[in-house]
Order: sequence, then structure tokens, then C-alpha cells
Amino acid sequence: MKAVTVTESTRLDPSATPPSELVPMRHSGRALAALVILVAAASLGYSAMTNDNFEWPVVWEYLFHPEIMQGLGTTLILTGVSMTLGIILGIVLAACRMSENRVLSTLSGAYLWFFRGTPLLVQLIFWFNLSALYPRLSLSVPFGGPEIAGAATNGVLNLWAVAIIGLTLNESAYMAEIVRGGLLSVPRHQSEAATALGMNRWLTFHRVILPQALRVIVPPTGNQVIGMLKHSSLVSIIALSDLLYSAQLIYSQNFRTIPLLVVISIWYLVCTTVLSYAQSHIERHYGRGVHVGVQRPGGLAKLRSLGSRLSQRSQSNDNPNPA
Amino acid sequence: MSTATSAPGGTGASTTDPIVRIIDLHKNFGPVEVLKGVDLEVRRGQVVVILGRSGSGKSTMLRCVNHLERPSSGTVIVDGEVIGYRIKGDKLHELPPAAIAKQRTKTGMVFQSYNLFPHMTVMENLIEAPRRVKGVDKATAMEDALQALEEVGMAHKADVYPSTLSGGQQQRVAIARALVMKPSVMLFDEPTSALDPELVGEVLNVMKRLATSGMTMIVVTHEIGFARSVADEVVFMSEGRLVENGPPSQVIDAPVHESTRTFIDSIL
Ligand SMILES: Nc1ncnc2c1ncn2[C@@H]1O[C@H](COP(=O)(O)OP(=O)(O)O)[C@@H](O)[C@H]1O
Ligand SMILES: [Mg+2]
Repeated sequence: MKAVTVTESTRLDPSATPPSELVPMRHSGRALAALVILVAAASLGYSAMTNDNFEWPVVWEYLFHPEIMQGLGTTLILTGVSMTLGIILGIVLAACRMSENRVLSTLSGAYLWFFRGTPLLVQLIFWFNLSALYPRLSLSVPFGGPEIAGAATNGVLNLWAVAIIGLTLNESAYMAEIVRGGLLSVPRHQSEAATALGMNRWLTFHRVILPQALRVIVPPTGNQVIGMLKHSSLVSIIALSDLLYSAQLIYSQNFRTIPLLVVISIWYLVCTTVLSYAQSHIERHYGRGVHVGVQRPGGLAKLRSLGSRLSQRSQSNDNPNPA
Repeated sequence: MSTATSAPGGTGASTTDPIVRIIDLHKNFGPVEVLKGVDLEVRRGQVVVILGRSGSGKSTMLRCVNHLERPSSGTVIVDGEVIGYRIKGDKLHELPPAAIAKQRTKTGMVFQSYNLFPHMTVMENLIEAPRRVKGVDKATAMEDALQALEEVGMAHKADVYPSTLSGGQQQRVAIARALVMKPSVMLFDEPTSALDPELVGEVLNVMKRLATSGMTMIVVTHEIGFARSVADEVVFMSEGRLVENGPPSQVIDAPVHESTRTFIDSIL
């Protein structure tokens, strides 16, 4: 066969040298899709900015309104407290679930089954109504431990307690599964190695197992925090004045529903953006040692990498047999 | 009848007491008896190589020495201490986990899969146990660590994470990590079995130097060359029993038992 100059083939004549210039593949479909989406987004944005129903001046007026600010505070506190308690309870539940004690693991399983199997809204209404039947509600460490949160069943304090209990119990069921998955992701050999070095069970857990499990636990926990921030708006059903309920109070009087919903959406977005940013930083921290090429940015390593960059000379002094 | 007893009788080398004594060790996993009465003595500075087919109970025996496995019956004595139990009258009382953890500092263990802590740098891997288990201060721990790393030729990698190292390098770091605890005896469970062939040599060299320096070692391995040149005693294990033991020249080159002969032939 004769070599023809203009051919398109993956075959190469054995004696010929392949051309050296590389032409990357063009992704024309991607560019087109991006263009379509950009145009659509721009027109949507334009219509939102120009549509009078959005009443942008009202949005600016209420963005920093004291009641909205107070609602934002309530939402943040509710999220922070419920999430913290939910994580702690979730770790305890995960430990019970993984325990060799059959009673503990079964009870923990039943708990997860119930709280993950019924809607959060139903649970909140349930706790709200239950609080009317009991003179005092309290959430305490199991088996007669100290009370974590408690409240008399009248007054605003009661609303807070109902909201926190409802959100915490529900959240802990999800966190338990996340924590369990994280702990199971650490190879059994790791705890054996620590044990063989004389480390006791606590040291093994918190120095070797947990830091590795956190790499798996942190990303979904970040999602849970963001989810909690939004789910906490369900407490408006029991008239606790969170971000949503504060807006509802205002628009029930001035009927500016859309702009007020825009106001709180802006605040929800601000919060979730900040949280996502924090999450990515925490993830990077717990991912250390996993991605190849990661060096601890400590003094010695910094100096070394600087030195090697300056000298541009990579030498291998890997010597298994020193003199 | 085929149960081998202690080191070859009357060799006159018993001037030093055994540092490891395994007496009538049994281990069951459920209904399966994996160790069926193992007796073994290792004297200070001795290198004992354990040979045997996969599944013959080598790992289980080694893991009973540092109580990673709890023996079903029998006794393990390391450096004069009964592992896992306290003698009270004529009974053995089980020790609490913290006391057993302390006993484990007498034994260093090297695993087939290295098992370095991936979230810690090489240096952090080495100073973790000395600092938190033995309470050594950081400066001293780092000095010891650097020395141990030099012994295995890995001092230049002190600041990297294990995932950036080759298997052979990781195993050398794992050896150094066990050494910084200054154990009385080192246990090796197939330390080169997970390595690419060209990396086996560097790990065996480190182990040879360690043997020369006088470290007491119990080594489970299939490296016959290593056994021949380094072992003071070779033990052949089959179906939970020690069937033959003696110097390498005997067990490897002139095995008495049929099962030993078949095994040696199969791996040579
Ligand atoms: N944790 C365990 N549970 C049940 N069986 C086990 C366990 N560990 C080991 N065994 C069994 O015990 C036998 C001996 O195993 P092992 O000591 O690992 O042998 P070797 O190291 O000589 O290959 C094997 O049959 C293995 O399946
Ligand atoms: Mg084994």
C-alpha cells in the first residue's frame, strides 16, 4: 500500500514516523449547550429584575428589618443547637448500633427506623401536642444521665424546646447512619496496628479511627447542616419566629408576599453559601494524606520544596542500605 | 505425638532464658480448632522463622503472642510476663484492657499490609505511640524516630504522607514505627508478601541488619533464602501444630517429615 498524504486513519505505516503536532478534540456541543443556558439564565434574570411583582424596592426595605434579623438569629441558633445535639446523639446511636450488645443495637435500629420513617413535620406537630399533655418536657442523656435540654410546657421556652427536640431527634437518626458509614470505612487493620503498638481503645478510636472516619463523615454532615438550616423553617408551623415565620408575620399584614419571600431566600442563600465554603475547607483538612503528592506544609517540608524548586533538580537519595 | 516441643534439647545454648515461651497454646474460632497445642521457646537474640501452608495457623499463633487474639487455652510468656493474665494463687485472672495494652509495648509487630496511619506523616506515625502510650516528650520521640528512620534508610522521607511511598518504603517505615517502642521481640507476619518482587530485597535487608544487631525476631515468611541465611531456628507448622523444628540446614535441606518435604519442594 502506498502512503497517501491526506488520509484519516488510526493506522500508521511501520516505517513512517507519526506527526508530532497534537490537535485537541473540539467540544463544540458543550459550547453550544453553555450558550443556550447562558441566554436562558440572562433572560430569566432580566425578567425577574424588571417584573414589578418582585417589588425590589420592598425587598431592599425589608432586607435588614429588625424582625427579619431576629428571625435569622432564631434560625441560626436553632440550626446550630439542633445540629450539635444531633451529631452527639448520632455518634452515641452509631456506637450502640455497632455494639456487640444485641439489645443496644436493636434499640438503636428501631430508633432509626422510626425517626427516618416518619416526616419531620409530623414529628414536630407530635412533640408540640405532646407538650400540652406533660407539665415538663426534658431531653436527657440516657439511663438517668443529666438533662440536656428541658422546659416547662408553657411560654416561649416551650416552643424552643419542642423545636430543638423535634429537629435533634430527627437529625440524630440521619447522623447515626453517616457516622456508622464513616467508622466502617476505616479498614480493620488500622485499629489492629494501633492496638499492636500498645494504644488502648480510646487512643485507637480518637487518634487513628475517628480522624480517618471524619474524611467520610464530613461531606454528608455538611449537607445535613445545610439541610437543617432549611428544614428548620418547618418550625414556623408551631409559631416559633424563625426566618420564615418572621416574614409570614410581616406579609400577613402588608401582603407583600413575594418580596418578603425573596428577602428570606437571600438570607438562606447567604447562609448556605458561607456553610458550603466552610465545608470545603474542613474537607480539605480531613483529606490530608489521601491525595497523592500531599505534603504537610510544615517547616521542613516547606524549606525542602522551596529548595527543590530553586535548584530544579530532583535527586533520588532513597537508599535502603545506608553505610 | 507429632507436636514439636521447645528448642532442640541439650544444645547447650540455654544459658539465656527464653524471652518468649508459648505453652500448649490452643485457639478456636467457633467450632474450628485453628491451633491444636503449640509449644515454642525463643531465646534472646534468636531469629525464628515459621514456615507453613496458608491456613496452617501461623498468623493466629503470632497474634496470640501480643494478644491480638485471645488464646482459647494455653499460656504466652514474653520477657517473664504472662500475656493477658495475672497469676493469683493457682488461677489466671484476665487482665483489664489497659494492662494488656501496656504489655503489648514489649512486642513490635509488622504486618503484611504495612498498616501505616494514612492521615499522619511518616514522622507522626513514628512518634504517636511513644508519646501517647509511653509518655515520651516530643523532642526525644522525634530524635528516636529519626534514628530509627536512619536505620531503615527512610530518614529523608520523614515529612511525607505514607501514600506517596512505595510498598517497600512503607514497610520499612512500619518496621521503624515498631522499633521506636523499643520492643523485646519483633513479630513479622509475611512482611514481604504484599510487595512487588523488586521491592522484597530492601525490606529483607533491613530485617537482616536488625537480626545482626541482636534483635529477637519471630518471622512468618515464605522467603526460604532469608530463612536459610538469617534464621537460628526454622519451625514448620501444619494444621495448627508445629511438626518440625531445628536449624535451617535440617528443616529446609533435610526435612524429616513428609509434609515439610512436600511444602519445601513446592516453594523452592
Ligand atoms: N478471625 C477469624 N475468624 C474465623 N476464622 C479465622 C479467623 N482468623 C483465622 N481464621 C482461620 O484460621 C485458620 C488459620 O488462619 P491463619 O492463622 O491466618 O493461617 P496462616 O497465617 O497460616 O495462613 C484459617 O483456616 C482461617 O480461615
Ligand atoms: Mg497469615
